[in-house]
Amino acid sequence: MSIAWYLAVSAIVFSLGAIGVITRRNPLVVLLCLELMLNGGNLLLIAFSRMWGNGDGQILALVVMTVAACEVCIGLGMIVAIYRRNLPIDVDELRELQG
Amino acid sequence: MSSVLFFIAAIGVISGAVGVVVMRDPFYCVLALVVHLIALAVLFLLLRSEFVAAAQVVVYAGAVMVLYVFVVAYVGGESDTIGERLRGPGPIGSGLRLGGAILAGALLTELLIALLGTGLEAINGYGAGYQPGPQAFGTPAYIGKLLLTRFLLAFETATFLLLIAAVGGVVLARRRGGLGEEDAHQVLTPLDLLRPRGTGTMAEGVGAHVVESHPGSHT
Amino acid sequence: MATTTYGWLVLAFPLLGTLVIALSYLRGAIPARAAGWIATGAIFLSFLAAIGALISLQGHSPEHRQLVSSLWNYASTVGIDAQMSILVDPLSVYMILVVSGVSTLIHLYSISYLEEDSGYRRFFCYLNFFVFSMLLLVLAGNFLLLIVGWAFVGAASYLLISFWYRRTTATRAGIKAFVINVVGDVGLVLGTYFIFKHTGTLDYLKVFHAVESSAHPAFGHASNNGDLVAGCVLLLVGAFAKSAQIPLHTWLPDAMEGPTPVSALIHAATMVTAGVYLIARMHPLFERAPAAQDVGAVIGALTLLIAGTIGLAQTDIKRVIAYSTMSQIGYMIMGVSVGAYAAGLFHLMTHAFFKALLFMAAGSLIGAMAGEQSLEKMGGFKKAMPFTYGCFIIGGLALSGIPPFSGFFSKDDILLVTGERGGWHWALYAAGYIGALLTAIYTFRMIFRAFHGEPVAEARELEQGHIHHAEVPTNPANGEVEDTDVGFPGPVHAIAERAIPMRIAMGILALGATGIGLIQIPKVDYVIDDFLRPSFATSPLYEPHTKNGLLIFGLVLGTAIGLLGIAIAYRIWVIKPGTAAAVRRRVPALYELFLNKWYFDEAIDMLVVVPGAVIGGFAKNTFERLVVDDTIVGGTTGIVRAGSAAVRAAQSGFLRYYAALLLLGVTGVGFYFLLQS
Repeated sequence: MSIAWYLAVSAIVFSLGAIGVITRRNPLVVLLCLELMLNGGNLLLIAFSRMWGNGDGQILALVVMTVAACEVCIGLGMIVAIYRRNLPIDVDELRELQG
Repeated sequence: MSSVLFFIAAIGVISGAVGVVVMRDPFYCVLALVVHLIALAVLFLLLRSEFVAAAQVVVYAGAVMVLYVFVVAYVGGESDTIGERLRGPGPIGSGLRLGGAILAGALLTELLIALLGTGLEAINGYGAGYQPGPQAFGTPAYIGKLLLTRFLLAFETATFLLLIAAVGGVVLARRRGGLGEEDAHQVLTPLDLLRPRGTGTMAEGVGAHVVESHPGSHT
Repeated sequence: MATTTYGWLVLAFPLLGTLVIALSYLRGAIPARAAGWIATGAIFLSFLAAIGALISLQGHSPEHRQLVSSLWNYASTVGIDAQMSILVDPLSVYMILVVSGVSTLIHLYSISYLEEDSGYRRFFCYLNFFVFSMLLLVLAGNFLLLIVGWAFVGAASYLLISFWYRRTTATRAGIKAFVINVVGDVGLVLGTYFIFKHTGTLDYLKVFHAVESSAHPAFGHASNNGDLVAGCVLLLVGAFAKSAQIPLHTWLPDAMEGPTPVSALIHAATMVTAGVYLIARMHPLFERAPAAQDVGAVIGALTLLIAGTIGLAQTDIKRVIAYSTMSQIGYMIMGVSVGAYAAGLFHLMTHAFFKALLFMAAGSLIGAMAGEQSLEKMGGFKKAMPFTYGCFIIGGLALSGIPPFSGFFSKDDILLVTGERGGWHWALYAAGYIGALLTAIYTFRMIFRAFHGEPVAEARELEQGHIHHAEVPTNPANGEVEDTDVGFPGPVHAIAERAIPMRIAMGILALGATGIGLIQIPKVDYVIDDFLRPSFATSPLYEPHTKNGLLIFGLVLGTAIGLLGIAIAYRIWVIKPGTAAAVRRRVPALYELFLNKWYFDEAIDMLVVVPGAVIGGFAKNTFERLVVDDTIVGGTTGIVRAGSAAVRAAQSGFLRYYAALLLLGVTGVGFYFLLQS
């Protein structure tokens, strides 16, 4: 298959992730959709790495995975902390940082 | 043969993604993401990136998703239907959600046009050639060599980042009082000598409450 | 010692006196009583230094009698060179002799007069400061120090008028005096500006030199240059405010709220003569701006007439003397404005003597009356207070211009020179003699009412040897009850018959009022003229050609008018006591006009105070509130607040909102690049 197919899949996954981030109210699911977007980017990187024939893209994809893992760790930690304080787990309700 | 495999994997990827976005119960979303990740690993394999595929399964689907599962089990969270979601009783209102969805659609269209339109001329559809060998493209040895030579800085920085994330996660999620912290009032630093009597840190001045010291008072 | 060193000493002693007495408040180092003697001593030393300056000055040849001495360079920049300099010349030495001499006597008088007053030390501190300021004004060698001295004198006057500061009448009078003086200060400063603009320098001698070299040397072809006339007229405004001439005179009668020594010093002998000194000093400028001279002469003449008429109707004894001061200053201003410099200044000296004497005697009388000042409550003190009566008579005769008292020689000298100028100055000549008649009438009205006739209760008490004391001290002006603590007059009332310092001071002044005239008898000796000539060397008006006929006519007329006035007063108030009431009934409107001081206070109130209050009220309530607070300040903050509220709406706190915006941004950028390709 030509690379273009992979790129198309990557674009679709990315957009789906974007919709999810905007639409969902549960912060956990928002984080999951964020993962989706990251994965879409990963796929793109791998595809181009295959196209060019060098491993830069793969390294980058690994780094992205690492960063995603860290971000998940922190994000989930925050959600747990929020849950511990008996605040609603709802992105719309958590808006104390408003101007 | 590879095309068939591609299509199966691609369908798996996309349906997993759709599942994450659409499903009500957050637990089901997590499971959908796991499916998505496994299918993505297959796609990576098709692209001759063995190591990355393996890392994806072990790290992402294995560790990160397990973490998610635990947290979802602990926290839970609400679930709502798509209709509810789109209409939205929340203060943002349905307009934004619909608008957001349309925006994402616009983004997709753009990307597709970019990629499949003019972008196609720029890419070599079938990629570079592939020579199998012990350090061939995509093997762990290949990745390892790259990591330790050209991308050493990135490697080390990523390590550092992981360390920070780990510490941060512990700090965020710990129970108060679980680490036996000292009484916050009597800690005096040299900076306190510079402050006039009766004043404290900015946080105290604003009225942020000092941490209670007795354990397990929540839930 | 150099002459100018004497000049600096003259200034230094009163300043030291002020500082020593002021610092004596710390730890009570000096007992209160000593403050009076320290102050008197300081001024006496100043007087001695003035005599030293005089002797030393006469040691120079007449052409070299204008000496400038500068302590340091005050401000020296482009266009301005201001030094801290004094000018010691015959005119300033004359003035400092008069000022320090009369001040010494008044200090001596005050030692007894203000005995037991809680503000004893404060009084002498202020009094010394005043003398210092006046001496600074007179000795100043450039316009800068003149303005400084002028302002200090105004401040000292305010401090002294409102000396009994718990009396609202006194504080109000002090403020009135100060405000009107400030109007004069503005005139002075603006006048200085114009003169500076015309000549480019602030130093007296340089200014005079510049003016003299540019104008036509012969009088009558004076330049009447716009700048110069404006400057001189503005200087006149300053002079009028300080010397209480129409229309800036309303503060002087109210200033009688101050203790009597203050009235004697400031409002008889020194401060009010500052205007006369100014015009005499600036004679080169005035001679080249005849318009300003005419203004001065006319105002002087008007003042002497109007003040004379008001004096006829007043009942407060100090106010009668105040109006007579105003009238006599009118003579002096008229004199120096028409060119009778020596005569005007001579009248300044004689007036200082007899007016201070009159005030001191009035103070003694008021003491006998336990603070009461109204003529209507006085009578028949002749037997009880012979010394005071004698002083009054001497002062009154000098004031009315009866020979051989000093007032006769000085007043007629002025009128003589006025008459010699000819032309429309004959009107001033006539006004001067009418004024003399009025002067004699109201002066002796005062004396006869207070000392002749039936003795009042206080007089009888005094004949028994006991000074009257009111059980409850009250403010004589408005009857408010007060006490004798700080801020109010003390419990002791001093009279000349009992207090030696008062007697010494009054005695010396009486001798002076009697005998000083002898130094300037026409055709016999011209001490003042000769002495002052070096200061007025460049003035073509200084040596009038004395027509013998006019001289003799003037002398005889002056004597006759003076005696006529005394006779009229005697008839009205001694022989037939009801005549005054009868006259009053005949011309009630005129009487009302005189009694209400020609309604100047009301006019100024209507023209200046009420519009000022209206504008101020408008500014505060309407303009400030609507324009400044609501529109400018409120508008600006409102705009900022609205703008920031609009911007703040973007910070909604909704996570998804932000995410959507992000996505929008990415889409937009992608769109842009898509279009590019």
